[in-house]
This record gives sequence, C-alpha cells and structure tokens, in this order.
Amino acid sequence: MSDLSATDLTRRQGTLDHVIYVLRANPVTLIAFCMFAFLILSALFGPALVPYDPLATNAGNSLQPPSWSHWFGTDQIGRDVFSRVIVATRLDLTISVAAVAISFVVGSILGCIAGYWGGWPDVILNRFLDTIMAFPLFVLAMGIVAALGNSIENIIYATAIINMPFYARLVRAEVNIRRDAGFVRAAKLAGSSDLRVLATQIFPNALPPMMVQVSLNLGWAILNAAGLSFIGLGVSPPTAEWGIMVAEGANFIVSGEWWLAVFPGLWLMFAVFTFNLLGDGLRDIVDPRKRT
Amino acid sequence: MLSVRDLSVIFQTRRGVVDAVRGISFDVAKGEILGIVGESGSGKSVTSYALMRILDAGGTIKAGEATYSGIDLRRAAERDMRDIRGREISMIFQNPRAALNPIRKVGHQIEDVLRQHARATRQDARAKAIAAMEAVKIKDAAARYDAYPFELSGGMCQRIVCAIALACDPRLLIADEPTTGLDITTQKAVMDLVRDLIREREMSSILITHDLGLAAQYCDRLIVMKDGLIVEQGDPLQIFSQPRHPYSRKLVDATPRAGASVRDLLPVEIRAPEPKIVETDKPLVEVRDLVKTYAGKSGPVQAVKAISFTVHRGQCVGLVGESGCGKSTTSEMLVRLMDATAGEILFDGDDIAAIPARRFARDPRRADIQMVFQDATDSLNPRHTARQAIAEPLRRLRRMRGAALGIRIEELAGLVGLPLPLLDRFPHQLSGGQKARVGIARAVALDPKFLILDEPTAALDVSIQAVVLNLLVDLRAKLGLSYLFVSHDLHVVRLLCDYVIVMKDGLIVEEGRAHQVMSHPQEPYTKSLLAAAPKPPERATPADQLEIKNAQYTALHDKRAS
Repeated sequence: MSDLSATDLTRRQGTLDHVIYVLRANPVTLIAFCMFAFLILSALFGPALVPYDPLATNAGNSLQPPSWSHWFGTDQIGRDVFSRVIVATRLDLTISVAAVAISFVVGSILGCIAGYWGGWPDVILNRFLDTIMAFPLFVLAMGIVAALGNSIENIIYATAIINMPFYARLVRAEVNIRRDAGFVRAAKLAGSSDLRVLATQIFPNALPPMMVQVSLNLGWAILNAAGLSFIGLGVSPPTAEWGIMVAEGANFIVSGEWWLAVFPGLWLMFAVFTFNLLGDGLRDIVDPRKRT
Repeated sequence: MLSVRDLSVIFQTRRGVVDAVRGISFDVAKGEILGIVGESGSGKSVTSYALMRILDAGGTIKAGEATYSGIDLRRAAERDMRDIRGREISMIFQNPRAALNPIRKVGHQIEDVLRQHARATRQDARAKAIAAMEAVKIKDAAARYDAYPFELSGGMCQRIVCAIALACDPRLLIADEPTTGLDITTQKAVMDLVRDLIREREMSSILITHDLGLAAQYCDRLIVMKDGLIVEQGDPLQIFSQPRHPYSRKLVDATPRAGASVRDLLPVEIRAPEPKIVETDKPLVEVRDLVKTYAGKSGPVQAVKAISFTVHRGQCVGLVGESGCGKSTTSEMLVRLMDATAGEILFDGDDIAAIPARRFARDPRRADIQMVFQDATDSLNPRHTARQAIAEPLRRLRRMRGAALGIRIEELAGLVGLPLPLLDRFPHQLSGGQKARVGIARAVALDPKFLILDEPTAALDVSIQAVVLNLLVDLRAKLGLSYLFVSHDLHVVRLLCDYVIVMKDGLIVEEGRAHQVMSHPQEPYTKSLLAAAPKPPERATPADQLEIKNAQYTALHDKRAS
C-alpha cells in the first residue's frame, strides 16, 4: 500500500511540476492564469469585500464621476458602479461556466456516439448540428430565451444549445481518428467493453483541443449572456450584471456620464480576454506529451 | 563533389542543448553511392537535413563546413539554397505518403518542381511530368498523372517521390530511409530502380538507412554513425567481414542473415544458450475454411479466401506475405477483434468464431488469446504510463488491485527486461525498444496460451529487433506459449518459427517446416520473397566454422521436427 501511495505522490508532484513548468515557459499563460485567479477571487469574495451595497440607491448622490470614495462613479440612482461591477462577476461567471459545462458534457456524449459507432446516429447527429449552426446563433439564443421565459436558467440553456455543436463536432473528429488505433484494440483485448474503451481510452485524448475550445467558449458565453441582457432578455434590473449595466449606461454616454457604460464594458472585455489567453496554457497542462 | 568537415548540429530543447551531430567529416565523390548507417538517434537524418538546411525548429549548425561544388552550404543565402534544393541536391523522404501532398494530383506535384526550377513552361509541363514518371518506370504514366496519392500503392508513391526528386536532374540525391515501411519485394524494386538511375545519370548519392544489409548491397562506401559521431567508415565488404568498431560489430551481428540463429544476432558477450522448446502435436488453434469478405465500392472484396491451418501447443507458426495478402485480416479474426464471414476457429476444440467479436471481451477465453501489435507507439495510449498500460488487462480480466497488482506489474517488467523506474513514464518518454517491451509485457500479463505477434519488430532498429526476438524466444520457452508470427520478412520468420505459411491474395500458396520452405521453396512467389531480401556480404567466418554452424542449425531443426 505504501508503495502505491508513493507513486501516487510522485505523479501528483509531476502534475504540479508540469503546471509550474507550463506557467514559467510561457509568460502569457502566467498572466492569463493571474487574471483568471483575480476573476475567480472577485466572484467568490467580491460581494463580501465591496465598499457599498450594489443595490442600495442614494438619490442625492447620483451620476457622480469617479472619485476616491466612488472609484468608478455612481449611476443614475446613486448606486456605486465599482461595487456593482465586482458583484456582477459572480453572476456572469456562473452563467458562462454553467452553459459551457452543459454544452461540454452533452456535446462530448453526442460526439462520442457519432464518432465511435458511426452509421445512422452519426448521420442524424450531423444533420441536427448543421440545422443548429445554420441559424444565426445569437438570434437563436434570443428566440430560445424569448420562448422559454426570461430567467437566468433559460439564458444558460440557450447559451449551452448554441455552443453544443462545436463540442460535438470536435469530439466526433477526435474520437473518429482514434477508433481503430492500436491502443484501442489493445484495450479490447484486455477485456474492456466498447463503452469503457470510449470513456477511458479514447475520450481523454480529445481533451487537449477541447480545452482550447472551452476557454474560448467561456469568453464567448459571457459575451452572449451580456448581449442577451443588453437587449433586455434574460437577467432583469436591478440585478447587477455587466450586460444590463452597459445597456443602462449607454443612455448616459451622450450626456457625458461615460463611466456608467465604460467600466462594466472594460470588465467584460477583461473577462473575455482572460479566457482567450487561457486556452493554450490549459491545453498544455492536460496534454501529457508536453511533459518531458 | 560534396565535402563535409567537422559538421556539428545542436538542438535547443526544454532540457537544454542536445548535440545531434558532433563533428563529422566525409566526402562524396562524383558518381559514388555513400551509405550512412546508424540507428535512430545516431544523427544520420539530421546530417542530411543540415546539408539541405531544412533542420527542424531549434536546430542549428554549430560548427563545421559543408561545401558542394564550391558552394558553401552553411552560409549560402536562403534564396540560393532554394535554387540548390531540387535542382542540384534533392531528397527522397522516408514516408512517401507523408512526403506527397494528399490533395494534389501526383502529376501536378511533379510539375510544381519542374516549374519552380524553370525546367518547364505551362505548355510542356504535362509532357515533361509524364516523361519523369516514365523515367521511374511507372507503367501507364499518362493515366497515373491524374491520380491522387491515396489511390496509389506505397511502392508507387515512392516512385512518384523519386520522380519528383529526379525531375530536375540533380547531381546529388539524398535518400533518407527510402524503403522503410515498404514490402520486401517493393523495396528491392525501388532500390534497384534508384541505383540504376543513379548509375545511368552519373549522379552521386547518399543512402541513409538503419539496415546494414541493404546499405551493403547498394553502396560503394559505408559510414557507420553512432551518437552523432562516425565510428567507422570503409568498404561494405570490409565492414561486414571485419568490423573494427564494437558498434559496427554489433550492427553486423544483429542483421538477420542466412545461417544465423536467433542467438547469433546478439553481441557475443550476452549470448545465452538457446532455451529448449518443447513442441507438441496437440492442436491448440485449428482454422478451418476461414473466409472474410468486405463490402467494397465495386462489389464484395475477398480479403481471406477459405484458408485452413493448425497451430500446435508450443509451436511458433509464421504467417508470411506482402501487404494486402490477408495476413493482418487473418490475425484480427484469430484474436477475435473481427468477425469472420465464414469458417471455424477451433480453440482447444471449441469454435470461437461463433462468438461475435463484440461479445468476446467478456468471454472467459479472452485472456488466453492475446496480441502484440505492430506499431508499439500506436498501441500505447499516449495519456497512460507504462504501468497503467500493463495494469489494464490485469485490472479488467483478473480484477487485480492495489499491492497485488503492483507486484505483478513489476514481475512482468522484470520478465521483459524493462527497468522499473521506466514504469511511470509516458509512451513518448520511452524509446522504441522500451515501448515494444511494454507492449509484450501487456500481452503476456494474463498468461495467455496463444499469442499473435503482428510484425512486432517492423518499426525497430536492428539491434533492438535482435533483443526483442530473443526476448520472444525466451518467453516462449519460459511460459510455454504458442505463437502466430505475422511478418513480411522471411529471414526474421525463419529465426523464430517452426512452421511457415506463405499467403498471397487471401490464399495459402505454400506451407511447411520453416527450414524446408526457406531452403527449398516450391512456389515462385516464395522464391521471389526470398530473393528480394537484401543480401549482406558473407561474413568472413572460416568456412569450416560456418559449416559446423549450419550443421548444428539443421540438426536442431530436424530434432524439433521429429
């Protein structure tokens, strides 16, 4: 038993070493992970740390420009923009992570089935995905939210549905090229059923390209959720959410109160940028071949 | 013509600087065929890439000179190099399918190089390309002009690559493992063609190969490389008969040749006596009228046409033939990864062909029939360590866990000679020979009765092939295994097998005791297979000693046969 835990320990250390190596070898990845850590921390602890209640109005203190007491200024009903931007991180991250997780899981399952067994499930799935992708995706998402009702869950479902085809396609291709690989046949000789071969041998090999897709998609999903809120679907005021804040703030730009829209917009950009930078690093971490 | 002095090439890697070539000097004279022989990692390919200045990222020429007809190849401008590549020096790459663009017609690919070097205009390119194809003896060249690489056989693709390389009449041809991966008869055809063309056009050539026998047959002079250094150079005959350097001796020893036993392939110091193998006449696997038919585009394709044979307990049967003869299909059916169209496979008297391949994973006999795959790299999951790969069958079929599993894995690693620290490495961190050992350890983990070896050494260097073949002989004796050894190389089959089956176009054309078939082949096809194998020069063993060896060899086989 002690033997086994020793090897487990070395393996874990190996993984940690590998993560450190990846971060060191590529400064961009290191920066991306720091930015990601900042987003996560603000999502977890932001609501507890912000100086003001994001929903508390103060009519006497409305539309103040950025100052030492209100870093990002205040909005038309006197709420602190900085507190609202930070608090909104949790909601926006939740929506995008949940949506991407659903499309990852559903897309992987469908892609595995189509790629491994082929035949008619493959044909049906491909035509189904083509149909989804034939729609302008944002319009499709709007339609889904409008039809299902205005709620956070429905934004998540809509975002998951429009992202799912990309995962299914990717997994299908990755599974398909490995269907007859030597190690797959060896696993069958070891007495593994098709399902086990698929889950333990083939699918993990699709992870590196999937990670790139996941991180790009996270950024995309945030934009999508914000976009839906911006046009008035999904999250409704007074909830703090970047898309609504930009939408509400946009009305005040012409009159010179730029901070209402610019700061949530900047945060949105920061989040999307972080996820886009994260992709390559994540791929390198889940790819054992990068370990030498 | 080409003169290389103190050439050093380094690669910048994650682990620091790697010296790939460490100061080598050689010359190629006009009209000479120089062979560079060495195993993977010896720096032989890197040398040629350095000459062409097509090193991979991270590689640089650190020191030395390379002069081709007065041109300094190391310092020439990239624009001048583009002119030199293809027109003055051209190259044939190892994998013809990878060297050709898969979505361009082969004729157009020949035209590209002609147009690049202004040897053809838009109007006459087609005619010149067809002429280039005819020069490499492609029959019906005008029709093949419009073919895509995937529509052509491996040998035909390599001819196209030759045509591209020779289209602009280069003065120096570098052939980097031109026939690795081709069938043995195709290898002979391609090599004969390349040699004839070189002689005809009075070109010089560098032939890079790991096969000492092949190099000795086709080259005027040999260079033996190891770890980026030249360890020996000289006349092929001399290197074969009196290798001076221990490494060349090891390579010469490891080359399968007539009259040598499997132990003779190993260096003298580590030769152990050959184990006694008990062959019985109790049948283990009986194949009866096995048929496999695929649904092809133009009607059904019969890959295997009603073949029957028997493998006895403790016997090693060789299944020989060229690609497309149905030997791989047969082994897939025997190992129950594929369903037969018709026929029976009796294993210990029960017909296992009746059980669908999909359900055989849960059959109690799954553990008894195992396989060692052709490509060790492809047969190991890149995400699993060697330990996980060997553990897989034990976990699934023996339900082993924890300490018992760890002990068994280490026992198996010891059995196949895999150092224990390597168990926690991933496949890409292991060498070819080590991966082959992992594959064998996995196959014997369940104590199978019947092991199918699908060209287990095809991708290995000769010295590692020698070690692996000997390992297989030892395992067979130790574990009482029966083998079906699938290969295209009769010389390798002869080393291991008691009985040989020669297949062609899905049929058995000849079968018999191994030494019988090897010494007195009856069928013309078997004769052509034997004739195509490279013939290294005779070793300068005193004649009487050789005779004794032969006599012992025949005696041994007669004893086994009786």
